[in-house]
Amino acid sequence: MSVSKSHPKSKRKPGDFIAKHLLDIPRSGIRDFFDIVSSRKDVISLGIGEPDFVTPWHIREQAIFALDRGATTYTSNRGLLELRQAISTYVGEMFGVKYDPETEILITVGVSEALDLAIRAIIEPGDEVIYHEPCFVSYAPEIRFAHGVPVAVSTTRDNGFRLTRAMLEKKVSPRTKALLLNFPTNPTGATLTQADVEDISAFAIEHDLIVITDEIYSELTYEGGRPSIAAVPGMKERTIFLHGFSKGWAMTGFRLGYACSPPELSEAMMKIHQYIMMCAPIVSQKAGIEALKTRTDTEDMRLSYQKRRNFLCAALNEMGIPCHVPKGAFYVFPYIGDYGLSSKEFALRLLDEENVACVPGSSFGECGEGFLRCCYATDIEEIKEATERMARFVKRLKGSSSSST
Amino acid sequence: MDELLKLLKHNALETPKNLARMLNTTEEAVKAKIAGYEGAGIIRGYQAVLNTDLMDVELVRAVIEIKVTPEREGGFNRIAERVSKFPEVESVYLMSGTYDLMAVVAGRNLKDVAFFVSEKLATIQGIISTGTHFMLKTYKNNGVLMEAEKTDERLKVSP
Repeated sequence: MSVSKSHPKSKRKPGDFIAKHLLDIPRSGIRDFFDIVSSRKDVISLGIGEPDFVTPWHIREQAIFALDRGATTYTSNRGLLELRQAISTYVGEMFGVKYDPETEILITVGVSEALDLAIRAIIEPGDEVIYHEPCFVSYAPEIRFAHGVPVAVSTTRDNGFRLTRAMLEKKVSPRTKALLLNFPTNPTGATLTQADVEDISAFAIEHDLIVITDEIYSELTYEGGRPSIAAVPGMKERTIFLHGFSKGWAMTGFRLGYACSPPELSEAMMKIHQYIMMCAPIVSQKAGIEALKTRTDTEDMRLSYQKRRNFLCAALNEMGIPCHVPKGAFYVFPYIGDYGLSSKEFALRLLDEENVACVPGSSFGECGEGFLRCCYATDIEEIKEATERMARFVKRLKGSSSSST
Repeated sequence: MDELLKLLKHNALETPKNLARMLNTTEEAVKAKIAGYEGAGIIRGYQAVLNTDLMDVELVRAVIEIKVTPEREGGFNRIAERVSKFPEVESVYLMSGTYDLMAVVAGRNLKDVAFFVSEKLATIQGIISTGTHFMLKTYKNNGVLMEAEKTDERLKVSP
C-alpha cells in the first residue's frame, strides 16, 4: 500500500502541470468559430476544409474487402511496401522526382503527422523556420512544439499570394534552418510558377536551408501546372516532400499521408514515428493502394471543383467583394476590408444575419486580416444560396455605410 | 464531353447566367452554344427525372426483348422505327447478344402492357418473338438515385 507523503509546498492545481511553452500557444481561431457555428441551425457553411465528395466507391469497397479478409493488424513501421511502391511510381510520374520505396518513403497518419515528424526531426531549440502566411493553422504551433521559432513571411493579394525570393531574403537569419512551403495554399489557393520554384530553390541552396513542402492540394491545381520544389535539380537532398490522400482523393477520414526524403532524414522521422505511432492504420493503407491504381478519380473531382470555383469567384466579384481567382486548392480568399469591419466581425455578422459561415482570414495569420476564407467544396446549390445571402448582406452594409457618411 | 453538356445533363434547369459563371464565360456565349447543340440535334430535349414509385399514378413498365428478321437494304432500322412510333414505347435500343431490339414499354397495368406487346408489337411483320420483363422497383434512373440519402457528416467548420 502506498503512503501519501506530505509536500512542503502548496499543491499544484491541474493547470499548473501544463508545460509552459504550451500555454503561450493560442487555441486555433477556427476552433472558436466552430463552436459558434455549431450552436446554430440551418447554416450554410463555406467554412469546411475538406472535400464534399465521399471517397470514390472502388476505394471504399477495397477497404471493406480488406476488413473482410481480416486486415486488422499492424503493418511495418514504414507502411506496406506495396503502398510505398505505388507512391514511388505516382510521385515519380506526377512530380518528376523518384524516391526509393525501401528507404525514402514513410507512410504516416495523415500529412499532419508527417509534418510533425519532419519538424521534430530537424528542429533544435531556437532554430528558425520561415513559413508563409496566410497559412494552414498548424504550422506555427507545430514549430513551437518543437521549441523552434516560427518566422512568418506575409504574402499579399496584389500578386495572388505568391511567395518570392525577395520576401524570403528579408526574413532569413543565421539561425534559419528550414523553409516550410504549402502550395497550393490553404487558405488562399495560391500556387507557384516554375520560375518561382527555381528562385526559391536557389535561395534555399544559397542559405543552406532544408525545405519542407506540404503539397496536399497538388491534385487540385486548375491552371499552370504543379511544379514541385523537390524536382528542382539539387533540391531532393534538402527537401522533405509531404503528401497524402485526404484532399485529392476525398479520404480525410482515412488519415493517410506520407513523407518522402533522403534516407538519413527518412530514418530520423521513422525513429519518431515508430515510437509514437507504430504505423498508419492497415485498412487505410490498403485503401491507399487502391486509390493509386487509377488516375481518373482526382481528375473528375478537380473538374467539378473548378466549375464551383469559377461560380463563387464570379458571384463574389459581381456583388462587390473583390476576389482573385485562385489557381489551386478549394478555397477562395476574397477581400472584405472595405466594409469597415474586421474579418471576424464580418464573419460573425454574416453568420448572425444570413446564416452563412465563412472563416475569418485572421485565423490564418495577421496578414489574413481583411479577408474571408470561403470553401467551394460545397454543393453547388448551397453555394448559389450562400452567394445570394451574401449579396443581400453586402448590399445592406453598403447602404448603412453610405447613409452614415 | 463538353463541360457545358455535363452541367446540363446534371441539371437542365441551370440558368445561362449560372452556367456562364461556372464555365468562366458570358451568358451570351452559353446561350449561343446551347442553341448550337440544339440545332445540331445533340441536345434532343429536357426532361424531369421522376420517381414514379412515389406518385399516385397507375404505371407499370416492362423491358421487351425483341427478336427480328433483318430486312434486305433496311437492316433493323425500319422495324426499330415502327416500334419507336408507338407512344407506349419509351425507349428502343439495338442490342448485341441473344435478341436484337430492346424496348421499354409503359402502361397503366400489367394487362395493358401485355396486351400491347401481343397485339401491337408481336404482330409486326419481321418480329420473330418477344420476351416481356416487368420492372418492379426503380433504384436509379438516368444517373439519379431514387432514394438519395443526403448526408453531410462533415464538421461545420474545419481547418
